[in-house]
Amino acid sequence: MAITDAPKIVTARLGYDDSFTLERYLATGGYTGLRKALTMTPEAVAAEVDAASLLGRGGAGFPAGRKWSMLRKNPLTYLVINGDESEPATFKDHMLIEGDPHQILEGVLISAYALQVSQAFIYLRGEFALGLERLQTALNEAYAHGAVGSNIFDSGFSLDIVVHPGAGAYICGEETALLESLEGKRGFPRIKPPFFPAAVGLYGEPTVVNNVETMANIPWIVNNGGAAFAALGAGRSTGTRLFALAGHVRNPGNYELEMVKTTFRDLIYAPVLGGGIRGSNTLKAFIPGGVSAPWFAPEQVDLPLGQDEVGNAGSMLGSGSVVVMDSATCMVRAAWRITKFFSRESCGQCTPCREGSGWLERIMYRIENGDGREEDLDLLMDLCDNISPGVAWPPQQTTICVLGPSIPSSIASGIRMFRDEFLVHVKEGGCPFD
Amino acid sequence: MSHLNAEIRQQAEQLVALYPEKRSALIPLCHLAQEQDGWLVPEAVSEIAELCGVTAAEVQGTASFYDMLHTEPVGTYAVAVCTNIACLLGGALELLEHAESTLGVRAGGTTPDGVFTLHEAECLADCDKTPCVQVNHRYVGAQTPASFDALVDDLRAGRLADTVPSHGTLVRVRRTVGLQADRTAIKTERATVAQEQAARAATAAAAGEGEKKA
Repeated sequence: MAITDAPKIVTARLGYDDSFTLERYLATGGYTGLRKALTMTPEAVAAEVDAASLLGRGGAGFPAGRKWSMLRKNPLTYLVINGDESEPATFKDHMLIEGDPHQILEGVLISAYALQVSQAFIYLRGEFALGLERLQTALNEAYAHGAVGSNIFDSGFSLDIVVHPGAGAYICGEETALLESLEGKRGFPRIKPPFFPAAVGLYGEPTVVNNVETMANIPWIVNNGGAAFAALGAGRSTGTRLFALAGHVRNPGNYELEMVKTTFRDLIYAPVLGGGIRGSNTLKAFIPGGVSAPWFAPEQVDLPLGQDEVGNAGSMLGSGSVVVMDSATCMVRAAWRITKFFSRESCGQCTPCREGSGWLERIMYRIENGDGREEDLDLLMDLCDNISPGVAWPPQQTTICVLGPSIPSSIASGIRMFRDEFLVHVKEGGCPFD
Repeated sequence: MSHLNAEIRQQAEQLVALYPEKRSALIPLCHLAQEQDGWLVPEAVSEIAELCGVTAAEVQGTASFYDMLHTEPVGTYAVAVCTNIACLLGGALELLEHAESTLGVRAGGTTPDGVFTLHEAECLADCDKTPCVQVNHRYVGAQTPASFDALVDDLRAGRLADTVPSHGTLVRVRRTVGLQADRTAIKTERATVAQEQAARAATAAAAGEGEKKA
């Protein structure tokens, strides 16, 4: 395994200080993908994306081409971009939005053309004030450039794009909650079925919902062909992907790497990437794909960065966020904080999630702060079992959306991997790391 | 009598026009109202309701769901200290404790002079710069206790006014190209779809009846 010389597909422009301007975008091949797409049939554009086998970069990893093919025929259809990046320790879309907003717009334009949609919304996380300003500026520029609006580049194709700010709610990253929010409502995930917004979406009409990073890949795919993209990576995981590396490494940051060809070890230890564990400590555990994912032990560090490879090992590549925890980390505290996050962000519709997350958080808090009991470990696992029967991976679901079954991951990982550490907290009446 | 001032009111009307359904402008309008007042005053809630064609209770109900929409006054500077996993590993709990002592309020509280509101935030998606702090949703980089105190001094002295507008101002870039969602055409198309669906359902029902008889 190694760091390959795969091209930078989504981060090529980020080295420039003015990477977010139209001027830089045009000087570096910007909007050529759109011009090329407009000379093709919509079906041919969609076929390239399908040939690329681009898996959605939001977290679920659903093939983008297949999602597009599911869009129900209807006079009114929409394309909605999910830029509500809130999964803890995930900061890739944030970088793409601030650093290269035109690339996202071009991806949206090409996608809308392939889907023959005339109205797109980009739902951006409200806390991204600078990102919202950069994207709105880019959109204003793109309208003036003739790349958005009526009769784009004299092709006869028209698209309007609206940049829509969220207002602070993790759950709005769930696509049906996002649509509710875009309709001016609370971010309550919708009951399934219908499973796919492609059938019933915004205002009940067919809607494709794609992630920001997914959009950022589209111009390159059209310019270079789906086959060139599919030639990168291996198996179902094609192309490159952004990995957000955080925690106890020397060089935290976003790294665009060829999928499958690169391993967690490369990401964490390579001098040009993570640079190894900070200070003189060693690796204790890592979270491979956002805090909804079960944790991995150091023995799993040689796993490839691939969707199925990580999935088969009992966790998920999820949002592409990798959190590294060193030997000085208290695993009870780490799991408690993640649980507190879910408790705060549960939308409150489903009892197992709403009540369960709060109970789990309070029990974790008392263990961390010296009031734990030995039987709390069984109690925690029993509560986890009530939220997600079997506490297995992939998880069973008792709730409307997947926030519920994501809650047990960190607690179950903590107890299964570091049971003794939990017991020391109970026996010593407090945190041994304090 | 409009509570929103002329510029904000005009912006609000343009936002409402962007969407196929007026209600979609509800959250953007809440942000606009906060730009004027710093928080959602009741008069603004009523006006947003009127603009979006919903009741004030529905605006209040939506607003109360979201962390960034405030139905009570907020300080000029809302300081958000993230303590989620990446920042926790970077010493965020210690920074939050320090912030509480510097500002003299607990997380969630506002200083008596109304200048600062301190929030314990969930992940703010800037996880390579920990512990991460935002002021009025502007990133101010990784903070140490010492740099945090300097930041507070700078804010108090107005030295960051250019980069950090007062609380409520989210997006300082306005949309330059107005849109007028064609609600009449949308209504007609929806009616056509509904008619077709009804016709298909009737045909299917008739076929079902036919099968039963057969």
